Amino acid sequence: MIPTPDLSHLKPADYDVVYEPAEDTFILLDALEQDADALKQRCPRICLEIGSGSGCVSAFLGSFLGPSEALYLCTDINSHACACSRATGDQNKIPLNLVNTSLAYPFLARLQNAVDIIVFNPPYVPTITDEAITAQHDRGIGGAWAGGEDGMEVTNIFLSRVAGLLSPGGRFYLVAVPRNNISAIQKRLRDEGQLNSEIVLHRRAGREHLSVVRFEKAL
Amino acid sequence: MVRLITHNLLACHAKGCTSNNFPLKFQDAQIALRESEFNPDFLRAFMPKLEWPALISSARELGDTSLPEQIPEMLDDDFLKTLHHVLFEIEVEEGIMICPNCSHNYAISNGIPNMLLAEHEIA
Repeated sequence: MIPTPDLSHLKPADYDVVYEPAEDTFILLDALEQDADALKQRCPRICLEIGSGSGCVSAFLGSFLGPSEALYLCTDINSHACACSRATGDQNKIPLNLVNTSLAYPFLARLQNAVDIIVFNPPYVPTITDEAITAQHDRGIGGAWAGGEDGMEVTNIFLSRVAGLLSPGGRFYLVAVPRNNISAIQKRLRDEGQLNSEIVLHRRAGREHLSVVRFEKAL
Repeated sequence: MVRLITHNLLACHAKGCTSNNFPLKFQDAQIALRESEFNPDFLRAFMPKLEWPALISSARELGDTSLPEQIPEMLDDDFLKTLHHVLFEIEVEEGIMICPNCSHNYAISNGIPNMLLAEHEIA
């Protein structure tokens, strides 16, 4: 059992502006924990989390891979989330390197075929398109969940980039719900990026059916 | 904080800016030095991912001239410790990163680089 990162430094006021870890966060932690030994064996050197929010997931990853074993890169469009992620890294003695940006744009040029682990708990909740666009534009807490049509409008943009970023043997962990059409995501990344995939964890949390899908690039 | 290891992976992503957009040039950088755990295995494995000339020029912009222009043939501990210091222990807390191609300015504030673009600047 790998302990959940210490988040005691984050206060209710932080969670007014930054997504508070919830069931969708915890299922991602559990999926990573399930794979912890396999991930360690691969000696990952670059880990990238898209939309790191509180920083809980990257701090967790760093806690079992080791703070100096890999470079932990995190992005978030929400500047408050970047500050919280950084603080969570400090609190848990994992150096998290934050960039306030959308998805992975500033890294695309330099990290082709280079990232060993990518994690993304995206805004997967179906909303009207305008709500998703406004939420991304406002760069606030709404950007953590408002996903537009089928909850896929933000995720889809990243899916077109993810195979290029992964190193040979690299893995991508994605949180998804049935409305996202998980089998279509798997088919798309197999066809476009030659990524094999598997649903590694599935859980019902209240009215949400959460899954973690693991994609892997061939060696 | 922007460490040089991260900076070595960042390129300008403004609309239409696709060449000569790396490395971003530091201006008015305020730095802090913080010790971090030395891991020679990590450094050896990471070496091929570094753009060496960019690292050298960026380190010089921050006043550090400790690394050689060329990667030495022998990656001994002395060299790796110097490399570790430059990559991990120099942290830019405030300042600007400027694209050498389009001159777009990316501000660093409280250690977080703001690389968001306005709608019309997105590629």
